[in-house]
Amino acid sequence: MTEPSFWAGPWGWTIITIGQSAAVIMGVMISLAFLLWGDRKVWAGVQMRKGPNVVGPFGLMQSFADFLKFVLKEVIIPAGADKTVFLIAPLLTFILAFMSWAVIPFAPGWVVSDINVGILYLFAISSLGVYGIIMGGWASNSKYPFLGALRSAAQMVSYEVSLGFIIITVVLLTGSMNLSDIVNAQAGGFWNWNFLGGGGLLGLGIIKLPIMLGMMVMFYISALAETNRPPFDLPEAESELVAGYQVEYSSTPYLLFMIGEYANIVLMCAMITILFFGGWQSPIPMDSIVPQGSLAYILISLGWFILKVVFWFIMFALAKAIVPRYRYDQLMRLGWKVFLPLSLVAVVLIAAYRVFGGNLV
Amino acid sequence: MLAIAFYIMAAVTVLSGALVITARNPVHSVLFLILAFFSAAGLFVLMGAEFLAMLLVVVYVGAVAVLFLFVVMMLDVDFVKLRQGFANYLPIGAVVGVLLLTELIMIAIAIADRGAAAGQSPQVYGPEMSNIEAIGRVLYTDYVYLFQASGLVLLVAMIGAIVLTLQHRVHVKRQDIHTQVTRRRKNAVEIVQVKTGEGIKE
Repeated sequence: MTEPSFWAGPWGWTIITIGQSAAVIMGVMISLAFLLWGDRKVWAGVQMRKGPNVVGPFGLMQSFADFLKFVLKEVIIPAGADKTVFLIAPLLTFILAFMSWAVIPFAPGWVVSDINVGILYLFAISSLGVYGIIMGGWASNSKYPFLGALRSAAQMVSYEVSLGFIIITVVLLTGSMNLSDIVNAQAGGFWNWNFLGGGGLLGLGIIKLPIMLGMMVMFYISALAETNRPPFDLPEAESELVAGYQVEYSSTPYLLFMIGEYANIVLMCAMITILFFGGWQSPIPMDSIVPQGSLAYILISLGWFILKVVFWFIMFALAKAIVPRYRYDQLMRLGWKVFLPLSLVAVVLIAAYRVFGGNLV
Repeated sequence: MLAIAFYIMAAVTVLSGALVITARNPVHSVLFLILAFFSAAGLFVLMGAEFLAMLLVVVYVGAVAVLFLFVVMMLDVDFVKLRQGFANYLPIGAVVGVLLLTELIMIAIAIADRGAAAGQSPQVYGPEMSNIEAIGRVLYTDYVYLFQASGLVLLVAMIGAIVLTLQHRVHVKRQDIHTQVTRRRKNAVEIVQVKTGEGIKE
C-alpha cells in the first residue's frame, strides 16, 4: 500500500462525479430523444396515423431534427416581459429536471449519489419543478401564460400532498429512504415487488396486497397530474389557454421547457419503477444463471430498469392518447377529496401493519 | 473545501435576505426569499443535517413559498402608493426591527451558554444512527405527548381559519359528482314526435 490513489482524493472524486453526472445527463438526453419519438408514435398509432416517419429510418431521427430547428430559430422576448425571470424560468425547469437523476439507481451500484435521504431529495426537487412554470407564466406578462401558471401551481401543490403520502407507505414498508435499499428490499422475484405488497403476504400480510396495488395506481395518476400530462394538462390546455405558460416562449427557451418537462415525465416513470416495480430487479430471480456482481448481471439489471421505465412511459403516452381532459374542479376534487384521504388511510394501515404485524425490525 | 462551500452559501443567504427587503418588485422579493431558503438548506447539508435540509426544501420552498408567490403575483400592488406611506411607518418599522434584532442576539447568547437547558446534558445519539432515525426517536418516542399537543394547537388554528372564512350561501348551484356520473341517456334525452306547424308545447 503506497499513497492513496488520486481517484480517492477530493480532486479525483470531483472529476469522477462530474464525469458520472455528464454520462447520466447525456444518457437521459439521448433516451429522451427516442422516447419523444415513441410518444408521438404511440399517439399516432391510437389515432390510426403514421406519426413521424420521414427523418431517418422509421423517423427515428425526428427529435434531432426538431432539436436543430428549435436551436436555430430566433429567440423572441415579449416587450413587456420581465427579461431576467423570463429567461431563468426555462433554465430552472431544465436544471431541476436533471438534478433529480443524481440519486436514481440505474443498476446495482450504478448511482451517482447514494444518499440516505434519496427519496426525500427526489420529492424535494420535484416539488421545485413548479417554480419554472410559475416564473415563466408570470414573467411573460400575458394573460394566458399567467392563467396557465396559476392553474399549474395549484395543481402541482395539491397532488404533491398525496404523492408524499404514497411515498411514505413505501418508505414504511422498506424502512429506509435510500433508493438502493428500497430496490434491494424488493429482490427475489416479482412477487416481492412493492406493488404486490413487497413480499411476506402469508397471514396478516395479505392486507398489504390491495393497499399497495391501489397506491401504485394512485401514484401513476398523481404522477400524470404532477407532470401536467393529459388528462390533467389544464396548465397548457390548448383549447382554453393556447399553450398555457409556454405561449410566449420560442426557440431554445421553449426547447428547454420541453426537455425539462419530458425529463420529469421519465423521472416519474423511473420513480414508479423504483418504488413499486422493483427497480432493476429481474422479475424472476436470475442469481443462479448470472453470478451477482458480474458485469453481465449489472448490464442485464440495467436492461430490466430501462424496460420497466419504457413500459411506464408507454402507459403515460397511452393515457394522453385515449383519455379526455378533466375539468378543473374535478381535478381538484380528485386530488383533495379522493386521493388525500385514501393515501392517508393507506399510511395508517401500513404503519399499523408494521407495528402489529410482527416484522418490525 | 467545506469552508469555501460554507462561505459561498452563507454569503448567498445573507445577500438574498437583504435583496428580499430591497427589491422593488414584490415578486422578485419572493424569488429572493426562495433563494435564501434554498441556500439555508444547503447550510443544513453542510452541518450534516440532510433530513432537515430536505424538509426545509419540501415544506418551505416546495409548498409555503409557492402559495406565497401565488398570492403575491395576484396582488395588484401600487408602488407609488406604497412609497408614500414609507416615512410614516419608518419609526414603527425601526422599533420592530430593533426589537427583533435584540431578541435574536439574546437567543444567540442563550444558546451559547445553553440558557434554559443549562445543567441538562443533551441527548447524544451515536454515529451508527442516521439523523432521520434520531429525529424520529426524539419526536415520536421521547416527546410524543408534546408533539401531539403541538399538533392539536395547529388543528385549532386550522379550524379557526375555516370557521372565519366559511360562508353558507343559499342560492348557489352546487355540483354533485355522483348525479353527474350516473346521468344516462334515458333521463336526459326525450324523443318527441312533432306535428308540422304545431311545434313543441312548453
